[in-house]
Amino acid sequence: MSPARTASGPIADVWAAQDTNPDAIEAALRELLRERHAANEALAPARVLNLVVIVDREWKGEVANRLDRVGRYEASRTILCAVEQGRTAIDAFAVMNYKEPKDGNVGVMHEQVEIDLGPEHLDGIETIVDPVVASDLPTVLWSPHGHEEAVQELLPMIDVMLIDSDTLLEPTAALARAAELIESVYVVDLAWLRTTPWRERLAASFDQPPRRAALAQIAALAVRHRADSGASALLLAGWLASRLRWEPGPLEAMGGDAFRGVARRARDEVSVQLDPVEQKAPGLGGVTVTCGHGFSLSLDRAAGGLCARERSPNGEERVWQVLGASRGEGGILGEGVRQALLRDPTYGPALAAARRFGG
Amino acid sequence: MSATVADQLAENPLVEGLERLPVHPTSLVIFGATGDLAHRKLLPALYNLAHEGALPERFELIGVSRREQAHQDFRDLARDSILRFSRTRPDPQVLDGLLADMRYVPGAFDDDDVYAELGRTLAEFDAQAGSQLDRVFYLSTAPQFFPLIAGKLGAAGLNRCETAPTRIVIEKPFGYDLASARALNAELLQVFDESQVFRIDHYLGKETVQNLMALRFANALFEPVWNRNYIDNVQITAAEDIGIEGRAGYYEGAGALRDLVQNHMMQLLALLTMEPPAAFEANRLRDEKLKVLEAIVPPSIGDVPSMAVRAQYGPGVSGGVRVPGYREEEGVAPDSRTETYAALRIHVSNWRWAGVPFYLRTGKRLSRKITEIALTLKPVPHLAFQSTGSVGVQANQIILTVQPDEGVSVSLGAKIPGPTMRIRPVNMEFRYGTSFLSESPEAYERLILDAMRGDATLFTRNDEIEALWGIIDPILAAWHLDTTSEIPQYPSGSAGPVQAEALLGDGRTWRRL
Repeated sequence: MSPARTASGPIADVWAAQDTNPDAIEAALRELLRERHAANEALAPARVLNLVVIVDREWKGEVANRLDRVGRYEASRTILCAVEQGRTAIDAFAVMNYKEPKDGNVGVMHEQVEIDLGPEHLDGIETIVDPVVASDLPTVLWSPHGHEEAVQELLPMIDVMLIDSDTLLEPTAALARAAELIESVYVVDLAWLRTTPWRERLAASFDQPPRRAALAQIAALAVRHRADSGASALLLAGWLASRLRWEPGPLEAMGGDAFRGVARRARDEVSVQLDPVEQKAPGLGGVTVTCGHGFSLSLDRAAGGLCARERSPNGEERVWQVLGASRGEGGILGEGVRQALLRDPTYGPALAAARRFGG
Repeated sequence: MSATVADQLAENPLVEGLERLPVHPTSLVIFGATGDLAHRKLLPALYNLAHEGALPERFELIGVSRREQAHQDFRDLARDSILRFSRTRPDPQVLDGLLADMRYVPGAFDDDDVYAELGRTLAEFDAQAGSQLDRVFYLSTAPQFFPLIAGKLGAAGLNRCETAPTRIVIEKPFGYDLASARALNAELLQVFDESQVFRIDHYLGKETVQNLMALRFANALFEPVWNRNYIDNVQITAAEDIGIEGRAGYYEGAGALRDLVQNHMMQLLALLTMEPPAAFEANRLRDEKLKVLEAIVPPSIGDVPSMAVRAQYGPGVSGGVRVPGYREEEGVAPDSRTETYAALRIHVSNWRWAGVPFYLRTGKRLSRKITEIALTLKPVPHLAFQSTGSVGVQANQIILTVQPDEGVSVSLGAKIPGPTMRIRPVNMEFRYGTSFLSESPEAYERLILDAMRGDATLFTRNDEIEALWGIIDPILAAWHLDTTSEIPQYPSGSAGPVQAEALLGDGRTWRRL
């Protein structure tokens, strides 16, 4: 097995076989590791988590490219199962990437396995995947092209399900599926992660003691989002509702993908509106929080971060830039992988509130 | 959890579940803004925080330094620092945003006009924000300026703010000896409350140092053996393979004991030996560190020769290159008595650690760069295995490597494959690089953010500083008084002076570097 330098810089050991089986794949991975470690003891396998990805064969390259862009959040062992219509045999290709360590440091090896299989293998896919995952590590499943039967088969053996509620056409259906999944597995939702900078900035904006009081006086919430990111918008509204103990009511469609409605609070209501906006990147475009006494704060996507616009009760307006680099979709997926090791107690309540907004 | 975090969770319902806790709008003033620390560390760290979206929603930066230059010159300098030293590739729009309103106040630190101009600039930022911003004064200057700057800030009324916290961050060294540390503390505390003073030792911001607490207090495996019943001895090593790198001016006045032992290594010792704090909160943690430091009985001057060794590197070969000895370095006196190597034997006189020797050693131009803590356990009471034909059973060791390859390893005795029951040590290893997805943030990023948030957990309190100097002071005094004995020389590129072996006794040896 001779090492080859890949285009992106690391060196890779490779193995491939046609009409193979999981035992042979696992044995090949073990041998790749053993040989490389024997050649250089300073190389050690990454042992953080397994990522199992189920994709349509024709989109395998695109998904592999997305995974390439996660940067430092690469899974220790990635198992990409590509489903090809009409295929009856299992072919597999394994790559072990590493960089030669320098200055006495340990070099880290990452393993990527591609398994080409047919629809007939999906029933019982856990018997293909289970022997190939690195044992004693959390296993994350991502199935961006559906393949619900494979997901159901794999659910008992995984620890985390990676989903993107923004990719389903109907946000309420996407959130319903997420709610179903969290009954049996920990869910990391990329639509939720797209709201993270907005949640952090809203939390910070209302953190100073004089501002904290204003949280109880919020009268209106407006969320602006790319048309296909309605789930993110609902989740942000749901997050505020769940944290601030609002009782969400179903939002009504106003045409043009805009929604209006109210959330009930102890003695009054908060008006909630979701509006689609034109923007290149998926996710949110802006949020405006208006308080009853005339204070309002808007955060909008801008170059190099967010544009903050604050109006004080006396009508004075201030505008400034809140700094932060865009993570991009590669960064969001990488963050999804990283979040698989953490536990966010606020997603579940936010999701439940978002579903009530969604009706 | 610090009081600040607990308060935020209790009072701001939006904070729960967020990894990045809010930081209130802040004006940060860097004194010594054109210096090396600002250039290499502080400005790049601030950019990285901006890149990650971790800076406060409103963040203003003012540089103060002697050099006469315009705001734009300072911005250009900052841009250059960030482009050269940032750990993330700068995003041009974020960088432009960070630099856009950066200000510069030129002048000498004893010039009242500097503080008047600083006050005007801070007030201008407050007016722009419509409220008083928190203020952090970061003293990235030579230590002799700390009391002067603190005093001038006080005289200008900048040491307190009615509605927003004001903090001062100072960089080590915190004093030159116990007397000067006490004097510095007294001068700072005339102007600022202790709760406003953040003494930064970037070592404490390193992930591995913090992980020392996680290792001890989150694992039932280790804590039961973490005492005199199971630990035979502990060695803490901070070895460098480089020389003084042209810093003779600083190093001649400092030496290895002040440069590394009094602060970094003693902090490691305190974290290693302290009792578990009830909560990971600034004062509780620092109370525990103080207690254990107070349990180290300072040596008498007469005891020093038997518990401390100093030495200087001589000529030798380092990394295959011939290098001069310390006394031949430019700027070093040919008869210099400044130590480039120090080794100590310390005892912690409390219930947990009585009788366990702690060996500390640090040096320049040693054979390799490594910082580690090695705990050697006592041997098993009876051996039923043969040792013929093998190195035999050796005491277990727990090794915590701080750098260069952060991690933990445990040495175990294992059977050599074959028909006879022969044992040799093997290692069970954990390395950060293979076990986590995230890169460790730069220590300065963490510490700057903590200072802006008012979380002092990873900063050193005044009484800790004085306790640390109290242990080291007699050694410094003894070495200062001894003006006649030869300073041992060790060849550059070696493991240090042979005299250090005498500290160990009982058949112990220093771990191989």
